[in-house]
Amino acid sequence: MSIAWPVPAALALGLFLLGLLGLLTRRNLVFVLMSIEIMLNAAGLLFITAGMRWGNPDGQIMLIFVFNLAGAELALGLVLLLRLRNRLTTLDGDAADLLRDTA
Amino acid sequence: MNAVFYAAAALALLTTALAITRSNPVHALLYFVLSLLFMAVIFFTLGAPFGAALEVIVYAGAIMVLFLFVTMMLALDKLSLRRERDWIAKPIWMVPIILVVLLAAELARPLLSLHAGLQAAFHIVTPQAVGIKLFTGDLAAVELASMLLLAGLVAAFHLGRRQ
Repeated sequence: MSIAWPVPAALALGLFLLGLLGLLTRRNLVFVLMSIEIMLNAAGLLFITAGMRWGNPDGQIMLIFVFNLAGAELALGLVLLLRLRNRLTTLDGDAADLLRDTA
Repeated sequence: MNAVFYAAAALALLTTALAITRSNPVHALLYFVLSLLFMAVIFFTLGAPFGAALEVIVYAGAIMVLFLFVTMMLALDKLSLRRERDWIAKPIWMVPIILVVLLAAELARPLLSLHAGLQAAFHIVTPQAVGIKLFTGDLAAVELASMLLLAGLVAAFHLGRRQ
């Protein structure tokens, strides 16, 4: 068992960049939310890596808080997604560009 | 154990790449759930068994299943799938890929410049150690987390009401 800690750190970097790529590219709000989840998860991997490097429980504690944040964020994101779908009948993020009531 | 780590890392990267390039959201989410399971394997090989269990139970089991159910409730038809395919046509990927590659080059430089003498002793952090630290030293953070969840609950209830 000898994984040098830069290897999982590089993996976290790669996953974060994939999430960022998805966030920049996709217009569908489902994919935007999923990309944010990918990036949060990569941050969690980096915390675990740091916890492994120093043999410290703080890495896993921060992972619990990352999950906490992801859950709260996703619940709100999904509710807003459903409301947007009901109002504009599309999931296009670019369609929601009028910050006022259309009525 | 090393082979398990590298296999899981490669598969996690592959399934994540597949997840962000699918046109069908349900397929993409299932690939992402798969990537989370590989991530749990990675956590386990890095000596964080409690983190691995949480990744499967909380993240893949609860959060992503909620996401999946809501996506299925959206009832996407053929038209929206075709429109999605137009949105991710090739030229759209050019500028984001250039930006992400630039960022990767800048962030990977400090990682590559580290010399190879950094193999720390391998520690397994037990769930017991995590629990003791979480509920003694970090109690204030637990309270803040519960407030965040309460705020999320109230906001989701308020926004989700029928008008």
